[in-house]
Amino acid sequence: MATREEITAGLAEILEEVAGVNPDDVTEAKSFTDDLDVDSLSMVEVVVAAEEKFSVKIPDDEVQNLKTVGDAVSYIQKANP
Amino acid sequence: MTSGTEVLVTGIGASTPLGGDAASTWEGMLAGRSGVTPIAADWAASLPVRIAAQLAVEPSEVLDRVRLRRLDRVEAVALIAAHEAWADAGLGDPTTGERAVDPERLAVTVGTGIGGAQTLLNQDDILEASGARKVSPHTVPMLMPNGAAAWVGLDLGAKAGVHSPSSACATSGEAIALGLDLIRAGRADVVVAGGTEAVISPLPIAGFAAMRAMSTRNDDPERASRPFDKARDGFVLGEGAGILILERAEHARARGAKVYARLAGAGITSDGYDIVQPDPEGRGSTRAIVAALRDAGLAPTDIAHVNAHATSTPVGDMAEIVALRRAVGNHPVVTSTKSMHGHLLGAAGAVESIATILAVHHGVVPPTINLDDPDDQLDLDVAAHKARHMEIPAALNNSFGFGGHNAVLAFTRA
Repeated sequence: MATREEITAGLAEILEEVAGVNPDDVTEAKSFTDDLDVDSLSMVEVVVAAEEKFSVKIPDDEVQNLKTVGDAVSYIQKANP
Repeated sequence: MTSGTEVLVTGIGASTPLGGDAASTWEGMLAGRSGVTPIAADWAASLPVRIAAQLAVEPSEVLDRVRLRRLDRVEAVALIAAHEAWADAGLGDPTTGERAVDPERLAVTVGTGIGGAQTLLNQDDILEASGARKVSPHTVPMLMPNGAAAWVGLDLGAKAGVHSPSSACATSGEAIALGLDLIRAGRADVVVAGGTEAVISPLPIAGFAAMRAMSTRNDDPERASRPFDKARDGFVLGEGAGILILERAEHARARGAKVYARLAGAGITSDGYDIVQPDPEGRGSTRAIVAALRDAGLAPTDIAHVNAHATSTPVGDMAEIVALRRAVGNHPVVTSTKSMHGHLLGAAGAVESIATILAVHHGVVPPTINLDDPDDQLDLDVAAHKARHMEIPAALNNSFGFGGHNAVLAFTRA
């Protein structure tokens, strides 16, 4: 099972590739939209890439609840224990 | 000037097969350099046409990687040309938002003949191979034909309307004419006007080749585009963008802008003849030239130079010769810069307008290369092989497109 740190690092890689976010800026407290400037279309890309990377399903209904990097880490950990 | 409103060209920008900006494109033209090369990609091997006029500078050398992920090539190249034209006009710094024009008086008219076809094809491949969930959420803004105009408007902060005319190879002639109309109608003080195209990929080439419209001189790319020459066998597909800054004269003078030329008038007509064949008697194009002269308040004898549409197809070049002879006479010095940069479709009128504007500004007509053995019916004075230095008080730029669209622009020395 992946640790929270490993999942955060994986999300940082995706965020760099998709939206040009500096990996050093990606911490659990950061909001995707307010802190990391990820717009709605890029968020869709992040979700699809995360599903593949972590072998999970993230339904569209769930995405609106993933405000921060920490929210996403928790969801991924729960979905793929 | 019939309308009483004077419109000036105060900035130019381009990215073409001859250079990554307007200056290097112009230098390439004056030197008579060909931008036509073999297509290196594997997919070209099975096509009847394996040559094209590809961009001299890749967008990835100018724009950052993350930006390019959400731009079709047709949008990327338009943005590069638009930023150059904006900076050239001295209108401000888009990154700080400081600008020398009120955003609510700034409009965009940037067209494309085909739009983001490459995105459509790429994403269809992804859909077929991996399913709907893998299709990029950027697909629609990348393929929509107004995408390039919209991105230019966003980057430069235009709020007086963003327009994207589409009329095949007459697109950017028409976009520039629309820009003139917007300023004359009092709806804008500055218009970012031009065109963009980037469809050097298998399906568009196969489609044009199926029409037997393209040159198949695959073994001799630099000599493939040969307008007005007896041995011409079709056009060579090019890619790129050209952007002009059109500005109300009072606005330009108030801020002390440098001026390249005056956009004195435009003539737009439609053939009503055939979906792709030009009227062999050139009646629609003749009427467009006459309309442009009338709109500009010019007589045929005033025209010293014509940048012809002349794509190097057997029928099209001949129809234009007929139209020019009838509407202007045989005194102007004619050229087709497509002999060097190929046919840029929706960007042709804009890149060739830049050539026309610089010809007027500097007093030199760029050459038509490869005109080794002129067509027997060519009774016009074409600047074959070498640039021609001369006074050019007034000049025309012709653009004609599939669908029977004719757009003629008249530029005069300012």
